[in-house]
Amino acid sequence: MQSRRDFVRLCTMAAAAIGLGPAAAEQFVQAAEKGRKPSVLWLQFQECTGCTESLLRTSHPAIDDLILDLISLDYHETLFAAAGHQAEAALKSAMRDNAGKYICIVEGAIPTKENGIYCMIGGRTAIEIVNDVAAHAGAIIAIGSCASWGGVPSADPNPTGASPAHDILKGKTVVNIPGCPANPYNLLGTVLQYATYGTLPALDAEGRPKFAYGQTVHEHCPRRAHFDAGRFAEKYGDEAHRNGYCLYKIGCKGPVTYANCSVQHFGDVDGAWPIGIGHPCFGCTEKGVGFTIPMHQTVDIIRPTGPSTYPPIVQPQGTVSPIATGVAGLIVGGLAGAGYMASKKLNTLPTDASGTEKPEV
Amino acid sequence: MSRSETLEPVGGPLWTRPMQVLTALFLAGIAVTLYRFVMGIGAIANLNDGYAWGAWKPISVIVFTSMASGGYATALLLYVFNRRKYAAVSRTAILTSALGYTTGVIVLGIDIGRPWNFWRIVNPGWWNFHSVLLEVAVCISTYIIFLWLEMAHPLLEGAGQSGQWSFRELARRLTPALDSAYPFIVAMAIVLPTMHQSSLGSLFLLAGVRVHPFWQTPLVPLLFLFSCYVMGYAFVVLTSLLSSLAWRRPLEMEALTSLSRVMSSIVAAFVLVRLGDLAWRGQLTRLSVDGWSLLFYAELLLLAVPAVLSFGLDRHASPQKLFLLAASTLLGGSLYRLDTSLVAFMPGAQWRYFPSVLEMLVTIGFAALAVMGYIAIVKRFPILPGVRHAGAHA
Amino acid sequence: MVRISRRTAIKSALFGGAVAVGATTASATESVEPPADARGLLYDATLCIGCKACVTACKDANGLPADTAGPHGLWDRPDDLNAKTKNIIKLYRSGDTTSFVKRQCMHCVDPACVGACMMGALKKREYGIVSWDGSKCVGCRYCQIACPYNIPKFEWEMAGFYNPKIVKCELCRHRLAEGRDPACTEVCPRHAVIYGTREELLKEAHRRIAANPTLYQPNVYGEHDGGGTQVLYLSHVPFDKLGLPALGGESAAATTRKVQGTIYKGFVAPVALYGVLATIVSRNQRRAGEEGERS
Repeated sequence: MQSRRDFVRLCTMAAAAIGLGPAAAEQFVQAAEKGRKPSVLWLQFQECTGCTESLLRTSHPAIDDLILDLISLDYHETLFAAAGHQAEAALKSAMRDNAGKYICIVEGAIPTKENGIYCMIGGRTAIEIVNDVAAHAGAIIAIGSCASWGGVPSADPNPTGASPAHDILKGKTVVNIPGCPANPYNLLGTVLQYATYGTLPALDAEGRPKFAYGQTVHEHCPRRAHFDAGRFAEKYGDEAHRNGYCLYKIGCKGPVTYANCSVQHFGDVDGAWPIGIGHPCFGCTEKGVGFTIPMHQTVDIIRPTGPSTYPPIVQPQGTVSPIATGVAGLIVGGLAGAGYMASKKLNTLPTDASGTEKPEV
Repeated sequence: MSRSETLEPVGGPLWTRPMQVLTALFLAGIAVTLYRFVMGIGAIANLNDGYAWGAWKPISVIVFTSMASGGYATALLLYVFNRRKYAAVSRTAILTSALGYTTGVIVLGIDIGRPWNFWRIVNPGWWNFHSVLLEVAVCISTYIIFLWLEMAHPLLEGAGQSGQWSFRELARRLTPALDSAYPFIVAMAIVLPTMHQSSLGSLFLLAGVRVHPFWQTPLVPLLFLFSCYVMGYAFVVLTSLLSSLAWRRPLEMEALTSLSRVMSSIVAAFVLVRLGDLAWRGQLTRLSVDGWSLLFYAELLLLAVPAVLSFGLDRHASPQKLFLLAASTLLGGSLYRLDTSLVAFMPGAQWRYFPSVLEMLVTIGFAALAVMGYIAIVKRFPILPGVRHAGAHA
Repeated sequence: MVRISRRTAIKSALFGGAVAVGATTASATESVEPPADARGLLYDATLCIGCKACVTACKDANGLPADTAGPHGLWDRPDDLNAKTKNIIKLYRSGDTTSFVKRQCMHCVDPACVGACMMGALKKREYGIVSWDGSKCVGCRYCQIACPYNIPKFEWEMAGFYNPKIVKCELCRHRLAEGRDPACTEVCPRHAVIYGTREELLKEAHRRIAANPTLYQPNVYGEHDGGGTQVLYLSHVPFDKLGLPALGGESAAATTRKVQGTIYKGFVAPVALYGVLATIVSRNQRRAGEEGERS
C-alpha cells in the first residue's frame, strides 16, 4: 500500500500524461478515495495482444499503479491469474456487481462469418460475448485498429468476416481508440475521464476522442520543416533518408492520418514511433488507410499549405510545343509552296475568254 | 473588251476531292470545338493569362476580316469613286467578305469564354460606350447582316434561274425592293467597316506599354484602316486569279492590274504614315538589327517592294507577277496586323505562347468552311464573269 | 471639275477623322480623379517578412481552392496570380538585396480593364473597388490584354459546367460589407499591408518616407503611376524590380478615350459619312443605270 502523497503524485502524472492540469489530478484522487475506481472488463478477440503489451509499457503511471490504484481490472485474459471456469465466473460476478457502471474494453476484431465460429471462448462466440458484456456496460471502448476498423484480420480478403466493435454493437456509443498498437495514454485519458467525471470525451465523426485524434500526424510532425522546404527521402537509406528528411515520398500517410503520434510517442521513449525511427506513417488510426492503401504508396494532401519558398518576380509560364511550331511551319511552308506553284500555272491561262475546259475543282 | 459582261454560275459537281478534304478539316475543327465547350478552353488551347487572346482573335478576326475587306474596299472604288470596271470582281469580293466575316465571328464565339452572355449586346442600355471592343463587336455583328444583304442580289439572281417556281417567284418579288434599297445598304456596308477596321487597331491603344513602341501609336486606327484596304485588294486579286486557275476561266487582267495599282498607292500612304509616325515618336533611331527591328523591316519590305513594282504594271503584265505581288502585299499586311495584336504584345518577360495544334485546327477548320462556302456558292450562283464561248468573240 | 471636288470631299470624309487624331492628341483632357470614397491598401515592402499569412487568409476569405500545380503537386504553391490566387507574395533577390512584394489588383483610379469591358462586367463600384459581375461578362478577356499589371485572371480549366470566371482581388468587398477589413490586412503580423482611405494611406506613406528618406524610394508607387491606383506601394528597391511597371502619369484608358473620342465625338463623323456615302452611291447608281439604257 502506498501513501496518499504517492497517490497524488501518480494522479498528477496521469493527468499530465493526457494533457490535463493538477486540478484534474486532485479530482482523480478524490474520485479514487470515494471508492469510485471504475471496474474494467477487457475482452480480447481477433488480436495480437499488441495493445495490451503497449499498455504494459506505460510508466507515467506504471501499469501496476494503474491496475491496482486507478482502476479495478476485473477481467483480462492476458493479465489474469485465474483461468478457465474461474475466469468466466469472475467476469460474470464483475458484470453483476457493477452493472451499468463498468467499462467494457474491446481489443481485437470480431469475426462474423459462419455465425462467428472463428473466435469462441468458453463455448460462446465473440459476437455473443461482446453483446452480453456491452449490454450492461457504462462505457464501451474499442482499443486498437482491429476493434476500431477491423484492422489486420479484416484485411482483404477478410476470410473470417472480421468486423469492428461498433458494427456489432449498433446503436451504442463506442469510443474508438485506433492505432496499431493504440497509444495507451489515449486509453488512459478516456478511462480516467469516465472514472472521474462519468463522461466520455468529445468524439469526432469516426468515434475517436478529439483530444487525441483532432489533428493529422503531418501537422505536428518533427519532419514537417523538411516537407515545407521540399526535402524528401526518395528511398530507404539514401542521403536524404539518413539526414532525416520528410518521408512523404516513400509512402508516409501522415498528411491524411488523424492521430497524436507525432507528439505522444510510444513506450515512454522519446522518438519511439514510426516516423521517429525513419519509417513512414502507416495510417493505422485512419479507416481505409492503414491495412488498405499499400504501405509505400503516397496519398493526396488534404489541405495543401504554402511551402517555404517564394516565386520570383518573373516566373516563366506558358508552353511552346515543338510539335505545334513544326506544324505551323509546315502549314505556312505548304501555303507558300502551293501559292508559288499556282502562280506558275497562271501564266498558262488565257487572258481573254476562250477556255472551256473541264473545271478542276 | 475581252471580258464578258454577264455573271454566271461556274457549274459542275459540288462533291469533288478538294471539297472532301476541306470537309474533313472542317469536321476536325468542329470536333475540337465540341471538346472545348465541354472541357474548357485550357483543355485544347495554349492560351494563358499573359497571352489571353492567343492566336484566335489575332488570326481569325484581326487578320482574316482584314483579308475579307475586299468587299468594302472594292465597294469604295465601284460605288463611291464610280469605277465600273471593278464590277467584274465585286461579287467575288463581297462573297469572300461575307464568308470571311461570318466564319471569323464563329471562331470569336468559340474563343470567348461565356458566349451565352453575348445576347446582352442587343441592349444599348448595357453598353460601355468607352469600350473599343464593344464598338467592334456591334459593328462587325451588324456588318455581317449588311454583307449578306449585299450578297442577296446574286443569291436571288441564282434563285431566279432556279428550276423551282417558288424560288423564282421569291426572287421576282424581292429584287425590286432590294434594288431601291441598295445604295443605302452599300453606304452602310462602307461606314461599318470603316469604323470597326480602324477600331480593331484602337483596341491595342488600351494595352499601352504592353505593345512594343514600334507598333503602339495613336495613329494605329489609321494604319489599320490602310492595311485593310491593302489586304482587301490583294486578297481580291488572289481570289480572282485562283478562281480562274481552278476553273480554267479567263483572267480579269484589266480589273486586277488597276486594282494592284490602287493597292500600291495605298501601300505608299501606309508606309509614309508608318515611317512618319515612328520618326515623330522618336522611334526611328531605335531601329537596329534586333528581332523587333527585323520584324518591322520584314513588314515594310513585303509591302513596299511589290508596291514599287506594281506602279509599273500594265495590262500585259504576267499574271504570275500579279499573283506574287498581291501575295507579298497580303503577307506584309497580315504581318503588320499580327505583330500589333500578338507578336509585339508584351505581357511580361515570364510569358510564353505558341498556339497548340488543336488551336490551329479550329482556325483551319473554319477557314476551310469559308473556302467550301466560296466554292459551293460560285458553282451555283452568278458570282464570276461568264465564260464567252469559243467563236463568240471572233 | 465637279468630279474632282467630289473625290476630294469623300477622301477627307473618309480619312479626315482618323488623320485628325494625330493632330489633336493634346486638346482633350481625359484624366480622372479618384472617387470621393476611394479606399485601398498601402503595402510597405520594407516591413514584409514574407510569412504568407495574407496569401492563406485571402484564400480562406474568398473560398479559393489550393493551387497545387507546382513541383511535387504537394503545396498550395501558385507561381503567380491565377484563377485560384488573388493575392501572392513574390521574392526579389539580386546579390545581397532582397525584397518581398505582395501582388494583387491595384484598383486603378482609371482602370484599363473597366475601359475595355464591353458591358460593364468590370466596374468601379463601392469605395472605388474594381469588381466583377459575371452576368455581364462574355469572357472576351480584353481586360487581360488591357491591364498593365496583368491582374485579371481567367479560369482556363474546367470546374464542373464550364462557365469560366474572371478572378481578381475585390478588396474583400464581402467583408467590407460586414464591417470587417480585407483579410490580408487583418492577418499581417507586421502591418506591412494596411487598409484605409486613399487619402489617409497617401498621407501615411509620405510620412514614412519623410521619416526615413534613406531607406525608402522617394516616391509612392500608385500615387500618379498609370493615372494613379488605390493600392499604394512603398519600397526600398526600385519599383520596376518588384514587377511594378513604369507607366507614366496618363492611364492607357485616357489615351484611348482621347483617340476614339476625337474620331467619334458625338457620333457626328459616322453619321455624316453615311449621309455623304448614301447620296453619292445613289447618284452613281442612277447614272450607271442611265448609261446602261443609253448604250
